Amino acid sequence: MKSLLVISRHPPARPEAREALDVVLSAAAFEVPCGILFMDDGVFQLLKGQDAAQIGQKSLAANLQALPLYGVEDILVCQHSLGERGLQANQCMLDARAMNNAEIATLLEHYDQIVTL
Amino acid sequence: MNFAIALLANPQDPAARSALEFARAVLAAGHQISRLFFYRDAVHLASQLKVMPQDESDISVEWREFIQGNQLDAVVCIAAALRRGILDEAEAKRWNRPAANTCAPWVLSGLGQWIDALQSADRAITFGT
Repeated sequence: MKSLLVISRHPPARPEAREALDVVLSAAAFEVPCGILFMDDGVFQLLKGQDAAQIGQKSLAANLQALPLYGVEDILVCQHSLGERGLQANQCMLDARAMNNAEIATLLEHYDQIVTL
Repeated sequence: MNFAIALLANPQDPAARSALEFARAVLAAGHQISRLFFYRDAVHLASQLKVMPQDESDISVEWREFIQGNQLDAVVCIAAALRRGILDEAEAKRWNRPAANTCAPWVLSGLGQWIDALQSADRAITFGT
């Protein structure tokens, strides 16, 4: 099977965030080896202590917590994107592994297919 | 070579035309397109209710004619479509809505169709951010 990396770049309040998670969960359900990398404003999806109900939305937490349960191998977050926003990896849910730019370059080589959503 | 092509952007986005021109070029070069997949705001392409000013091209019609003319498999993500009010007859009936706005050659189906296309294609390409 071809492995698939989904790069999720949108903040949690946008529908694109949920739709990126849907793609990776769907791939995992079909037993495709897959990973997700949160970059740019996508890193805000991982921030602990959010209350989506206050802006009339459904929380992404259930979908995020489903990632390891569905067997998504790599749950990664861009170190540079975190730093730009004054965030630390320990503020992220799911023990997402922080990756520096060199590690991300290696990661892109490792996966057969990459979809940026 | 077998191509899977996905479009993510809304019909007004230049990516909708780039994807169409790319798909035309794929076929012109003698390759095959195993599946077209329309996700996120690209599902609006499947609406038959858009009305364009007469002196502007209608990208939805161009896509439809391209799909029909080449008998391509054109899958619209059903979850993304329902959220955005893109319904075929079956979905309009299922959800008790007063009208449907899409039909063949567009097919409403699940994300699994994209995952399947990504696995089987020699080349997979996505348009729109």
